[in-house]
Amino acid sequence: MLGEGILKGLTETARNFAGSFVSAERLTTVQYPEQRIPTAENARVFPFLVYDGTDWEAGMRCVACQICEKECPPKCIYIEKSKDKKPDFVGKMQIYPAKFDIDVSVCMSCQICVEVCPFEAIKMDTEFELSTTDRFGGLLYDRKQLSRSNEYYHKIHPTEAAEVDARLAEEKAKAEAKVKAAAEAAAAKAAAGLSVSAKSTAVSAASPAAPVANPAEAAPAPKPDGGGE
Amino acid sequence: MFEKADQVFLLLRDWLVGFLPPGWRSAAGVVLGVIGIIAVFPGLFAITTVLERKGLGRMQNRLGPNRVGPFGILQPIADAIKSLTKEDIVPLNADAVVHFLAPVFLVVVVFMGFAVLPVGRNMVLVNMDSGLLFYFAMGASTEVSIFMAGWSSRNKYSLLGAMRAVAQMISYEVPLLLSSVVIVMMTGSLSLVKIVEAQNQYSWGLPHWYIFTPWGCAAFVMYAVAATAETNRSPFDLPEGESELVAGYFTEYSGFKFALFFLGEYLAMLSISGLGTTLFLGGWSAPLAVLNWVPSWIWFFSKVMLSISVLIWVRGTLPRLRQDQLMNFAWKFVLPMTLLNLMVAALWRFMGDGWARWVICSAILLLVYVGAGRVGMRREHFGPRTYRYAE
Amino acid sequence: MSAPATDISIKLARQEGWNRPPVIEPDGEGELLEVAMGPHHPSTHGVFRMDVALDGERVIRLKPVFGYLHRNHEKIAEGTSYLASMPYTDRLDYFCSLTNNWAYALAVEKLVAQTVPERAEYMRVILAELTRIQNHASSIGFLLQEMGASGTPLMYAFREREKILDLFEGLTGSRMMCNYMRFGGCRVDASPAWLDATRKVVAGIPEFVDEFEQFLRTNEILMARTQGMGILRPELAVNAGVTGPMLRASGVNYDIRKVDHYGIYDRFKFRVPLGDHWDIYDRYMVRMLEIRESIGILEQALKEIPGGPVMDPRAKIRGFRPKPGEAYGRIEAPKGELGFYLISDGSPNPYRYRVRPPSLINLTVLEDMCLGHNVADVVLIFGSVDIVLGEVDR
Repeated sequence: MLGEGILKGLTETARNFAGSFVSAERLTTVQYPEQRIPTAENARVFPFLVYDGTDWEAGMRCVACQICEKECPPKCIYIEKSKDKKPDFVGKMQIYPAKFDIDVSVCMSCQICVEVCPFEAIKMDTEFELSTTDRFGGLLYDRKQLSRSNEYYHKIHPTEAAEVDARLAEEKAKAEAKVKAAAEAAAAKAAAGLSVSAKSTAVSAASPAAPVANPAEAAPAPKPDGGGE
Repeated sequence: MFEKADQVFLLLRDWLVGFLPPGWRSAAGVVLGVIGIIAVFPGLFAITTVLERKGLGRMQNRLGPNRVGPFGILQPIADAIKSLTKEDIVPLNADAVVHFLAPVFLVVVVFMGFAVLPVGRNMVLVNMDSGLLFYFAMGASTEVSIFMAGWSSRNKYSLLGAMRAVAQMISYEVPLLLSSVVIVMMTGSLSLVKIVEAQNQYSWGLPHWYIFTPWGCAAFVMYAVAATAETNRSPFDLPEGESELVAGYFTEYSGFKFALFFLGEYLAMLSISGLGTTLFLGGWSAPLAVLNWVPSWIWFFSKVMLSISVLIWVRGTLPRLRQDQLMNFAWKFVLPMTLLNLMVAALWRFMGDGWARWVICSAILLLVYVGAGRVGMRREHFGPRTYRYAE
Repeated sequence: MSAPATDISIKLARQEGWNRPPVIEPDGEGELLEVAMGPHHPSTHGVFRMDVALDGERVIRLKPVFGYLHRNHEKIAEGTSYLASMPYTDRLDYFCSLTNNWAYALAVEKLVAQTVPERAEYMRVILAELTRIQNHASSIGFLLQEMGASGTPLMYAFREREKILDLFEGLTGSRMMCNYMRFGGCRVDASPAWLDATRKVVAGIPEFVDEFEQFLRTNEILMARTQGMGILRPELAVNAGVTGPMLRASGVNYDIRKVDHYGIYDRFKFRVPLGDHWDIYDRYMVRMLEIRESIGILEQALKEIPGGPVMDPRAKIRGFRPKPGEAYGRIEAPKGELGFYLISDGSPNPYRYRVRPPSLINLTVLEDMCLGHNVADVVLIFGSVDIVLGEVDR
């Protein structure tokens, strides 16, 4: 019959109209500034630099290897290495970035920098209400603005942060085990050499101290990257 | 006490007019009536815009405007301020006088149509014997203003839009009139007041509204279709469709003149719903005899707002018809059905009282409708299809 | 990469050559009205211009003008590494980023003969079919919007699309620019919670499709406006290189999932809907029926997905230097055949990187479909081609 389809369409619309008063399925508006949709845990917006502990400068994981700068598709990262070194989370002396700028207006949130970083130093933030009225530099973040603590990382990406912490702890344990093994080997060698050498007392007094004195130098090897450059 | 509530506006008018010397009283009464119309119907227009936006929003699973005032009811005020403060641009080549007069003319003519609608018991501004004829004369004049708008803009797209709009409105005038002529024939008068009084009778508590008769129901459906086309509402809003060339005949209008066109269109919608209510839904009479204590003007306005809600509902659901399909529909389907309806109504009167006339008249109308529908849809490519699949 | 010419209309097409319809002569006196529709236009799907010459309401000539969204995608790819081009492919057909990723990953995997683990193949199929569903649903919604139904069916389609986009966000981190496929698998693994959420969403889609199909199957106004309009004959479609739902609505049985057997599509049972009347209505009904077929594939895949790694452990992410050679990888994207042609000269960046955009190639027959129709139909015919300007202009 002519007009049947029109009537069906009208009933469909009426169903949605009536349903919008009773079910949330039929009224999907979220009134934005007052209500917010909770972001998914995996959401990625712009990168940030992770630091351990409470001092952002001392605890920063980044060692300015510049891998993320090379791999970034729109080339929005700008890194300058420092001239001196500072100890990292296991105590080994590493260089650190004197400058680490990300131009957030260029960044396309692709997460490639996070994927290629061997040191778990750069991760994705979920903060998106970042608009600024400063046209010149308001969206150019330097390393201080980019640094966030590991506790913040745990807050926004709990499962991912837990995995990262587990991996770093494992590496640290492996490095310490290697150091201990080296120390024991050296001690065994020294003990063997004690009975034969003349100046053994002085040497043996010095040599057990030497390997123990610098466990910081025997840093854990970084995560092997997928084939050298 | 309820009669007082029913006639409260008339009593108010008489009291106010009583302060003046006797010679001035009737003229002052008319002026007060005019002021009443100018106050009430644009207020209804404001409510209609909010209703439309909220209603469309809810149909589309979203809220309508809700920031300005509670539930957005102060939104029309915000829209009015916006349109008043916009710059009024008149194209250089345009015919300035006609360009200015077109929206003014539209609004004036539509307001004049309100003068003959009986809003309540004894509440009509001008009690004309040929009220319906006057109303249709005013309704047809709205087409002049649309053509004035399109012509004066000196813009080929506006002219195209205006010509399409005028062609559409002219095609649908005839079914509109013919569906109302049935009512005139059965009532025996062109006066709207008498038409409502003829419907204000009750048998077993149910009213004698013309929509409850077979020919009245068919006439109402055709009137509704023609009214939607007359006021350029979806699904007949091709002249102002945005996904076509441009905005049609009011492309070159901005600011307050655009608001006046908008006002004119919605007032025309209200006015034609008012006429439909008067002709078919019993005007100010109550649906059941027991409900006669409710003031009559409340019934009138509720029925008008109900019709408006149906118009909004149809707008939210149906896509647009193309121009030639629209006109084909008018001339080849609606017009013959209205003529048939006239003959069925005559048959009804001829057959006298009884259940036989109900059955026969309904049967004739339904069979012709279904048959014509099937014939019309059996064109090449038209109709539901089945699809084959490859593995 | 030649397709088996089993379908008879392909054979005929190769013999007859290019069939253009006769030029429509303007009748009556007067000059033609030349109108430029766009680039700012509420109904072109992006910045796109059509120069139409009208005689009254009929279209005599139509010239599409595009390039307003050209972003040098192919030249940029010559300057960046293979991995870094992956997020740029998201932005080609921005509605369907995951299928773009897959096509590119397929091309690179062909270049270096890289294998992909099972679970990754299943994930790819699941995500590609979800993408297909949301693309077709929004395209049908846009048709109704352009016809003036003031956006109501569009809102319904987008309501379903939101659920699928939330799934994408839960898995890849971003709703539209997913950047998820890698050469050798997928970037991250899907948790069992995500798979359960997907199953729930897929279970809710058939009800929506039934609701939505009402609009198409029974609405007389829609049928009056789309049936018999914009006819594309199968010989012309094959000669012009049209692919995707447009080709299948013209009756030609060519679905790359069945022809190339890429991925693991030969493990799933699904049918390919074909149209017999070659008009706008058929194109939309084919898309609607494809949604139903995709639901079937999704249910099968979600049931059979195995465990295991999602990334080949020997795959190189950085320092990726393929040996010199060339490869062409193509998939059945929701809009047609999306292909990537790569030439490598041994360096980390490709020597030549070429995208075969289905939207652009489907657009070349726009004039032939629109001649003789009204202006109001041009908008609908254009919508039925279902283009995305990001792909047309790259």
